[in-house]
This record gives sequence, structure tokens and C-alpha cells, in this order.
Amino acid sequence: MLTETDIRHLGRSASTSSVLTPRRIVFWVAVALIFAGLPLIFTQSFALSMLSQMGIAIIFALSYNMLLGQTGLLSFGHAVYFGLGAFFCAHALNLIGAEKLWFPVTLVPLIGGVAGLVFGLLFGFVTTRRAGTPFAMISLGIAEMVAASALMFTAFFGGEGGIATNRAVGKAFLGVSYGPQIQVYYLIAGWCLVAMIAMFALTWTPLGRMANAVRDNPERARFVGYNTTRVRWLMMSLASFFAGIGGGLAAINYEIVTAETLGLVASGNVVLMAFIGGIGQFWGPIIGAVLVTLLQSALSNYTQAWLLYFGLFFLVIIMFSPGGIANLITLHKPVWNARLVQRLVPSYVIAAIAGAVMLAGFFALIEMIYHYEAKETSSKAFSYFGLILDPMQARYWIGTAIVLLVGMALVYGVRRVVGRAWENLTVELQQKGAV
Amino acid sequence: MEFFLVTLLNSLSYGLLLFMLSSGLTLIFSMMGVLNFAHASFYMLGAYFAYQTGLHVGFWPALFLAPLIVGGFGAATERFGLRTVHKFGHVAELLFTFGLAYVIEEVVHLIWGRAPVDYRIPAQLDFTLFTLYTTQYPAYRGFMMLVSVGMLLALYLVLTRTRIGLVIQASLTHPDMVESLGHNVPRVFMLVFAGGAALAGLAGVIGGNAFITEPGMATAVGSIVFVVVVFGGMGSLAGAFLASLIIGGIQTFSVALDYSILDILGKVGINVASTSAWHGLWSITISQTAPVMPYLLMVLMLIVRPRGLMGTRES
Repeated sequence: MLTETDIRHLGRSASTSSVLTPRRIVFWVAVALIFAGLPLIFTQSFALSMLSQMGIAIIFALSYNMLLGQTGLLSFGHAVYFGLGAFFCAHALNLIGAEKLWFPVTLVPLIGGVAGLVFGLLFGFVTTRRAGTPFAMISLGIAEMVAASALMFTAFFGGEGGIATNRAVGKAFLGVSYGPQIQVYYLIAGWCLVAMIAMFALTWTPLGRMANAVRDNPERARFVGYNTTRVRWLMMSLASFFAGIGGGLAAINYEIVTAETLGLVASGNVVLMAFIGGIGQFWGPIIGAVLVTLLQSALSNYTQAWLLYFGLFFLVIIMFSPGGIANLITLHKPVWNARLVQRLVPSYVIAAIAGAVMLAGFFALIEMIYHYEAKETSSKAFSYFGLILDPMQARYWIGTAIVLLVGMALVYGVRRVVGRAWENLTVELQQKGAV
Repeated sequence: MEFFLVTLLNSLSYGLLLFMLSSGLTLIFSMMGVLNFAHASFYMLGAYFAYQTGLHVGFWPALFLAPLIVGGFGAATERFGLRTVHKFGHVAELLFTFGLAYVIEEVVHLIWGRAPVDYRIPAQLDFTLFTLYTTQYPAYRGFMMLVSVGMLLALYLVLTRTRIGLVIQASLTHPDMVESLGHNVPRVFMLVFAGGAALAGLAGVIGGNAFITEPGMATAVGSIVFVVVVFGGMGSLAGAFLASLIIGGIQTFSVALDYSILDILGKVGINVASTSAWHGLWSITISQTAPVMPYLLMVLMLIVRPRGLMGTRES
């Protein structure tokens, strides 16, 4: 419930702050400089393609948060618009290559955006009539329908093989042909910046504000005369537009688009990204997109079980920090401002040590099971952080179990330490008047 | 006629299996407001547990053991997972089950591998029940129908004729009142969740060997069950029953019909040139459209009747 002072406060903060405060301009210029400078630091081709992937993921995750975070629509089919955007862009690139169409490659993602927008308007008309759980189920149904159709209409979707394309088409403009990955990175970074600013600006428009109202209290929103269905529909279409831009960039980046791009796994992935990052803050999904992309490419190099760890990580976030990583950060802001962070550090170190022991045991156990089940017959021993573990010998199983049990006991023993440190701190913060 | 009757019987057994899944989902949804994304994963676990226990004790004890294990697993999920997340709202609960489905699939990969396991129909049921014209109807299909109908009856009797069933029904609509009458409503929730999971597990036990037991089986059936629940009307058991039979019928029939619009046009004397741009579209056979059919049906239903067949409320 909002009290009257809350409302007055909200009204003031909305009217006095404009989108273009000097602080924000400085912030976005800084982001642009970081985007421009990153390839100078990470020069390997592996890092460059990962950065490109992150840029695409950021657009996709932010566009998803327009639905979940801002409008309260939990969609399990957002990759449909991303994927359709990608397919349209791939076909556009092929047409440009065949000289049947003239269009600068730099602006091709816009074609994907328009495709996303059109399909967002079309499917959104059906799906946004309902909110809440029914919306989630219907979005899943639509996603299944599109994914199944993708294998049916092979002329457009290319069947199992997908649609291959070539990004270095058309005339090179000022030496930019989009052949080298570095040029593609800058294309993605540029679009990512533009999309980020546009999506941020949207949160300050009346539509963005109404979306929040529809999320929090649809009944009141209807009472003040807004059509909640239309607000949801508009937000969904715009989110699809940005997702389509992301898809278009993916088509340019990978030069191949398969039916998996619009499948359920891709849709689930963006839910994980947005939620792990945090849906309550605008910048939360950015953290999620960067982290998830990083984990997916880094972890998959080291372990077969990375999907399991990833899923468990997601469950832990939901159970213990449903606001995602962004929420953990904002939680520390008043403490940081009051310069009391050092008071939390000891408890965090203790908790981290206990947790590390438990996790070391747990990961070792999972890896042992994976290697035990593995097909190779000669030797199943493997290296685990430099230690050689052999799942065919009982003593390694016993050792792993002991580490896990000790870790669990440690975690159980110190489970109140962090909470107590926070309690003490809260008292002090209240005395200082910082909360 | 022969084709029609056999397909009808097949679609009936498939539809009843769908209902075993959707009934648990519907009960859980109408009681706790939680759409359980991991429901189809319980179905998969049922099949895998039955396979594993069946290796040691045979099919018949496994038929009872596997659903019990899955039910216990469901109870633990509710008690230690969902109840923790409950305070964060429905979205968090839904996403919790979504993440759980993800983890269960990976655990199945971990334990049983990625290839299908050899979970077979027991030898005692591997005979022909009757011969319809020229088609031999397998006894196992009949057994599946028997189990489903038996389950259906048991569910109906428990919900309407027993004390716990009445408490469950009352908790659906008036949880606060039931609580103040001295019943432990959270425990009722846990029981319903466990019961729904056990039902899904049982469906897995009898469905896993009739179809295929592999890590992808949860995702394959999961979205169909959602379609059934939306189509029948969220929270309506009778609607879920009708929708299960309809969707089961449509899926089974459309897989079996190998005609395309082109064939039909050809029958009435219209021939489309194979160079025409529409040739590709017209030559898609009905069986090719089978995967899309249930979803198309759901979208149509949402356009004409957003609350589903028997749903009572809009959302």
C-alpha cells in the first residue's frame, strides 16, 4: 500500500528528474568508452567473439526485462522474436548478397527489429489478454508452436541445417566490410549502446510508468482509465522489437541461424539471465547477461556437468536472493555510503570459507559420478583442481564424502554469522540515521 | 473403419495418460496457485525409477514403489523448496519449478546418460488382447487404460467421499477458514503436491515403457500438458479431463493421417504445378502438422474463449 507521502514523493521524483541529467550523460559516455576500449584490452579472438556474444545477450536480456521486470509478464517464449528477427536478417543478408535488395549491412538489425515488432504485435494480441500464470503458459504454447512450425516450413527456416548467410556483402563503406570480427564487435557494441539507452529512456516515458502500474496493480490502472491489455500489448511489441534487433545482430555475428535460435532452450536461457542478474533494477539483466555468457563458455570448457551447476545456481538465487545479483548489490549501498563495509567483511570471509569447503566436496562428488559413468574403460581418473581423483577406488569416494560432510557441518555451524553481522550493523545504521 | 477404431482406442489410452498428468497439475494449480513446471519431470522420474527398481524387483512392485518414491520427492520439493520461495510470490515459485525441471533433467543425464534406457513392457502383458479386423491390439494398451481409469475413480472417490478429500476441497476455496478449524493447511498443500507428483510418477511408470524412456521425455510431454490445462480451463478437473481426451485424439489422429491438401485437391481434379510457389505449402501432410496442432488449438481457444473449456474465471 502506498501512503500519501509515498505518492507525493514518487510524484516529485518523477517530475523533477529528467532523463538527461548531467550525471547520466557522463555515465553513458563512460559506457561508450568502455565498449570502445574493451577490444584493446582483450585482444584474443576468443575474447572478442565472447564480447560480441555478450553484447547480443545484453540486448536480449534487457528486452526480456521490459516484459518481466517492468510489466510483470513472465514469458517463456521471448526467443521467438529474437529468432524470427535473426531469420529475417539472414534472408535479408542473402538478398543483399544476391543484389536483389540494396540495404546497408549496418542497418540490417533494424530489419530484425521490425520483424520482431510485427510478430510481437501479432502474437502479443493473443497472449497479452491475460497476465500472470496464464500468460506464462500461453507464451510457452506460442513458443512451442513457432518452434514446431520452424521444422515444418523448411523453405524459410532451412529445416535442421538452418539458414547460412554471409555478412561481408554489399559495398564496403569507408573500409568497413564486416569481414573481420573486430568490425562486427563494434557494430554490436554500437547497437547495444543505442538499444540500452533507448530501453532506459523508455522506462521514463508515460508508457514505461504505466507498465509499472499495470504490473503492480492492474485494477487501479484500469480505474484511472488505462487499458491494461493495451499497455501490456505495447510493451510486449516493443520488447519484441529490441529482441529482434538482438537476433539480427546474432545472424550477422554467427552467419548461420538455426531453428534452435527460437527454441524453448533459448527462451529459458534468457529467463535465467534476467533473473540471475536481477529483474528489479534496470541494469540487473546486464549483469546476468555478462555472467551467464561467461559461465556458459568458461564452465563448458572445464566440466560436462556445467548445466547442472548452472541450474543449481539458478535455484539458489531464487531461494535466497530472488532479486538476483543486482539486489545483493543495492543491499550493500547504504552500508557502503555509511563506510561500514569493513564490519561485514569478517563474517563474509568465514561464510566464504565454510561454503568453499562444502562446494569443493559437492563439485568433486558430482565430477566423480560423471567420470564413473563415462564410457572410457582404460582409466577414469581425472584432474580436479590439480588433484588426481579416481572414481574406481573407494578411498576417493570416502575422501570426497568427508570433505562434503565437513563442509556441510561448517556451513551449518556458521549459518547465523552473516545474519548476526547484519543485525548489529542495522542497529548502528539506524542510530546514524542512514536507513 | 478398422483404422478409425484402432486410432480411437490409441487416442483414448493416450488421452487418459495425459489426464493422469494434467489432473495433478490442475489440483496443484487450483490449490496453491503454482503452475508446476517440474510436473512433467516427475513423470520422467517415475519412468526412470520404475526402470531402475524394476531391474531388481520386477515390474509389479515397481509399479507401486516408483510412484511412492516420486511422491516422497514431491513432498520434499514442496516442504524445502516451494515453501521457502512462497514468500517471494508466484513468479518466484513458478521459476523455482522451472529451475527444478532443468536440474532434474541434468541429474537424469548424470545418472542414466543421454541415450534412452531399455525400459520394457513386462512379459506377462506382452500379448495380443484382441484382434480388431486385422489389427492386433496389444494388452498393454488395455492395461494402461485400466490403470488410468482406476486412478481416475480413486481420485474422484478420495476427493468427494473421504474426510481428507473434503478438507482438500475446502482448502481450495477457503484456506483461512480450514486453518482456523484446526487443520494443518500447509500439510494439506504438501500432501496434494506429493499426491500430484505421485500421479505423474505413476503415469511415467505405465507411459515410459509404452512410449520411450529418455531424458527428453519431460520436455516432450510437458508443454502438451500445459496446453491441456489451458485448453480445459485453468483449475478445472472436468475441463482437464475433456481437454486430455480431445488433445490426445487430435494428436493421435493427425499423426496417423498422411494426406496433404495437395492430395485432396488432386482428388477433386485440381493439380498444382510443382514449380508453383505454393506447392511446398500445399504438400505439407496432416501428419507433418501434428506437432503444431495442439498449440494451434490452444491459440484458437484463447481467441474465442479465453477462460478455456470449463474454466470459471478469467485469470
